[in-house]
Amino acid sequence: MENSMSNPNDPVVIAGVRKIFNQGKPNQVDALIDIDLTVRAGEFVSLIGPSGCGKSTLLRLIADLLQPSAGTITINGKSAHQARVDQDYGMAFQQSGLFEWRTVARNIELPLELKGWDKAKRRARAVEMLELVKLPEFADHYPWQLSGGMQQRVAIARALAAHPGLLLMDEPFGALDEMTREHMQAELLRICAAAGTTVVFVTHSIPEAVYLADRVVVMSPRPGRITTVVDVALGRDRDELTREASGFFGKVTEVREALRGIELSLEARGIEDR
Amino acid sequence: MTTVERVRRAVALVLPPLLLGVVFLVAWQSWINISHVQPYVVPRPSEIWTSFVNDFELVRRASVVTGMNALVGLVLGSLFGFGIAVLTNRFEVASELVNPLAITIAAVPAVVIVGVLNNMYSLDSQIPRRIMVTISVFFVVFVQVVKGLRQNDATQMELMRSYAATPRQTLRKVRLPNTMPFFFTGVRTAAPLALIIALVSEYFGGTQDGLGSKISGTLSGSNKALGFAYVLGGALVGLIFFAGSNLLEYLVVPWRRRTRSR
Repeated sequence: MENSMSNPNDPVVIAGVRKIFNQGKPNQVDALIDIDLTVRAGEFVSLIGPSGCGKSTLLRLIADLLQPSAGTITINGKSAHQARVDQDYGMAFQQSGLFEWRTVARNIELPLELKGWDKAKRRARAVEMLELVKLPEFADHYPWQLSGGMQQRVAIARALAAHPGLLLMDEPFGALDEMTREHMQAELLRICAAAGTTVVFVTHSIPEAVYLADRVVVMSPRPGRITTVVDVALGRDRDELTREASGFFGKVTEVREALRGIELSLEARGIEDR
Repeated sequence: MTTVERVRRAVALVLPPLLLGVVFLVAWQSWINISHVQPYVVPRPSEIWTSFVNDFELVRRASVVTGMNALVGLVLGSLFGFGIAVLTNRFEVASELVNPLAITIAAVPAVVIVGVLNNMYSLDSQIPRRIMVTISVFFVVFVQVVKGLRQNDATQMELMRSYAATPRQTLRKVRLPNTMPFFFTGVRTAAPLALIIALVSEYFGGTQDGLGSKISGTLSGSNKALGFAYVLGGALVGLIFFAGSNLLEYLVVPWRRRTRSR
């Protein structure tokens, strides 16, 4: 799609990727076909699409939690596997996945601990990250003492603790209420802008995808593939007013129509989406 | 929470069961007074207490013997149960081997083993009883720990993979801490069981210095009050076990203190 413009050292370069589950068996599923996508440094890309479109699978391929059936994935100019071993990326999920036996600070320290950092350095970084997500007074709390939104902020702090250039997020705000969610989106933009972090963000919320992203990648199921890429071009300084700007609505409509087109074509093919 | 509040809550927590206990003892005492039950059939609580105080040294000695048997078995059984569960979880083949075996052995009426063991050790040995307790405790703890090791949070496991953590790191940093509450559920369940097994295994011969032999000996005689005093001794040992295993859990699993601190 845009391979001609891609540079081998871009944070994420996906070329001709295909993912087939249960290959050769009767329950074979073509989860993803013909995926080409390049994410440039500092770019924020949202993946959106109906359930079964393979957006979470694509994120896991980038993270090397799954391996592609065909094609190549290059992260920072190296293989996805090497990138995982080097902890080139941080990851956050819908569930915060905080370890309940560790205090907030020690949760943030875990990836650093696995990298072999010494205690003082780890603690200093945890404190720095807690400042960043505005929870400095909760270092010694246990996760259950925090609200859902606060837990998710800790999860983001943990994902960014090793200062990775790349952040992979799978519906991280999906379980939060609307107000907390909008607040978290703004926080995420602020944090990533401050560190120049590249983000791949899976969501099923159209306004969320548009508000956050430089580009919204619209995907379609059966087989999972990229159908449209919407350039949002709302600029970097987005705030609460952005959500009420007409340009924002225009982009939301564009993404919605792309998704609507997918639904119509599925109906035409007699495929039930749910 | 202010001190006054704290005291008030503690009283509210302790008072109802305490009252119930007092009512029970008063009813027992009055029932015997009214219906003229002979003291060699059922003694009065007051007589049991007198006997407990007068013969405290006898009760204490017997309680220590049985309590030590139960404690040694509880500690060893818990350690084995935990260790072998972790090993079987690490090696899939071992778990397929051990689990059916564990279930089969658990189905054997276990105290019978003590009879066999008694023939293998000298008559004054406490080892057969301790082995018996160890075996019984082992299964309870083993089953709980196996369960705990299998119940891992999917997100946490994916995170560990994204950190490229080794199986060993995942075991140490995720699976084991995750298993601790299960382990302590096992220990708490096994603690009273350990005491019961220690008591009952005294019925199969060997030295007659523990609570089990004293209770069966005195209760079949006419000094029922002393027999009940031994029972009281056993109840106190049971209480110590209960409190001890709870305290240990409180210390080792601090992240589970929520119900207590709220």
